[in-house]
Amino acid sequence: MSLSRADIENIARLARLELTEAEIPVYVDSLSKIFAFVGELDRAPTGDIAPMAHPLPGLAQRLRADEVSEANRRDTYQKNAPQVEAGLYLVPKVIE
Amino acid sequence: MSAPAATVAALAKGLAAGEYSSVELTRAYLERIAAAQPALNAFVTITGESALAAAAAADAARAKGQVGRLAGVPIAHKDIFCTEGVLTTCGSKMLANFVSPYDATVVAGLRDAGTVMLGKLNMDEFAMGSSNETSFFGPVHNPWDTKMVPGGSSGGSAAAVAARIVPAATATDTGGSIRQPAALCGVTGIKPTYGRCSRYGMIAFASSLDQAGLITVSAEDAALLLGPMSGFDPRDSTSVERAVPDYTATLADSLEGLTIGLVKEFFDKGLDASNEQRIRDAIAVFEKLGARVREVSCPNLPLSVPTYYVVAPAECSSNLARFDGVRFGHRCESPKNLLDLYCRSRGEGFGAEVKRRIMTGTYVLSAGYYDAYYLKAQRVRQLISADFARAFDSCDLLFGPTSPTPAFPIGAKFDDPITMYLNDIYTIGANLAGLPGMSIPCGFVDGLPVGLQIVGPHFSESRMLNAAHRYQQETDWHLRVPAAFA
Repeated sequence: MSLSRADIENIARLARLELTEAEIPVYVDSLSKIFAFVGELDRAPTGDIAPMAHPLPGLAQRLRADEVSEANRRDTYQKNAPQVEAGLYLVPKVIE
Repeated sequence: MSAPAATVAALAKGLAAGEYSSVELTRAYLERIAAAQPALNAFVTITGESALAAAAAADAARAKGQVGRLAGVPIAHKDIFCTEGVLTTCGSKMLANFVSPYDATVVAGLRDAGTVMLGKLNMDEFAMGSSNETSFFGPVHNPWDTKMVPGGSSGGSAAAVAARIVPAATATDTGGSIRQPAALCGVTGIKPTYGRCSRYGMIAFASSLDQAGLITVSAEDAALLLGPMSGFDPRDSTSVERAVPDYTATLADSLEGLTIGLVKEFFDKGLDASNEQRIRDAIAVFEKLGARVREVSCPNLPLSVPTYYVVAPAECSSNLARFDGVRFGHRCESPKNLLDLYCRSRGEGFGAEVKRRIMTGTYVLSAGYYDAYYLKAQRVRQLISADFARAFDSCDLLFGPTSPTPAFPIGAKFDDPITMYLNDIYTIGANLAGLPGMSIPCGFVDGLPVGLQIVGPHFSESRMLNAAHRYQQETDWHLRVPAAFA
């Protein structure tokens, strides 16, 4: 299967990735190859086989009670933030 | 004290007997690390000061008498594990300045057992790679030949243990990232059963496949370290509630009557003939030890690579959506608006392979393609799991090669993603089925190590370690050290 430049631009937009002009043809080529390769799966006789939901048979995702279990560590976590003020994360203005 | 000959088992004995202190040992390893760093680039961060403080604390605890058997043994962690107060980069520009505010459960478990952290090991960016060439911090070099790749993504862990600059290292395996570099560097690697070790604080790549494990010199060392890393953790919703056995207790058990399955699909036309001969020689050693060998077939196994390259990128695209340039991680300069902030921060912060996987995953999950790709792949995954389950009806363990060839030159496969992805053709199946896997050294081809892969049923780590240990009692491949680091 072959992807176009427009396909790659659309995927990058959905993925929130800005690509440079030089990157686009590289991904057109390599993603086309990858999807040709995974196309092999079409040959697999899956019939009515259920999709696998958990790698361990018989186990499902565990749920926990909706209770507060962690202390507030905002100041510690915000040490890694690019820009904060008064405990808030700063981003460019969203609403004019 | 000669570091090269030392295993964790030997070092623990030496510390207990007072032959050396943890501070002396730690200092010796820090010197070896500094000397090897220019040639190998195995470390991203070396935590010398805190290592010496932890070593002094271990020595003080020992003087008071109450310490576990791993007290004061130095180890290092793959830079995918969060370490409180220490840079945790995951091999990415995105996290080049990220200082973790907490410890991964695996890290805390090994620290509580008394081990001393020497630093953080280099890796493929976000664990996406099979050669350690995708790291933002540059490739790691294979100690057996520094022109060669060490394998990946746990390339730093494997190279460091192979060069004996650390006695043991943590690692992670999503599609072969412990076993393949262990094979290419001539060391022992174990990926436990999915859910055996907590994923809390282990930066997520593909959450239904990721599992923490170890790279060590010997199976005995892996058995010593695996216990403190394992067990139920309420902070990981996929962690399994199941008792952790003493993995060292059964190491010496007899292999009489063990049934080994040789998976026909592992011995395919892609397997290098010299590699195959080393695997066959190793199997003969197991037969001498009393094991029976039979051929089995897992007919859907050849589909494991295409299955993986749908499932893993899909999960990666979801997991890596958290990197938005707002709360932590790289942020672009002067964003025009919020969308620009997201797109440029991610475009600049992620490397080429990570972007390739995010886009692959975004596409297979996008409207109109979900059934054809993701659901289809999860159905094939079920078939592959069923193949393994059937094989285990008649076999205790499955054997085969870990990788098709020994280490390849840095740069040789970097531009062709499909060729690179096929490095993991023999290892991916175990991840898809959640099975434990190991790689142990079983010889050399043209001076480069070859690994034997062992895959077991869920939670059969004790039996796998037992088999590997008995083999290592009969052979010394795992004790070979590259000449430049002897």
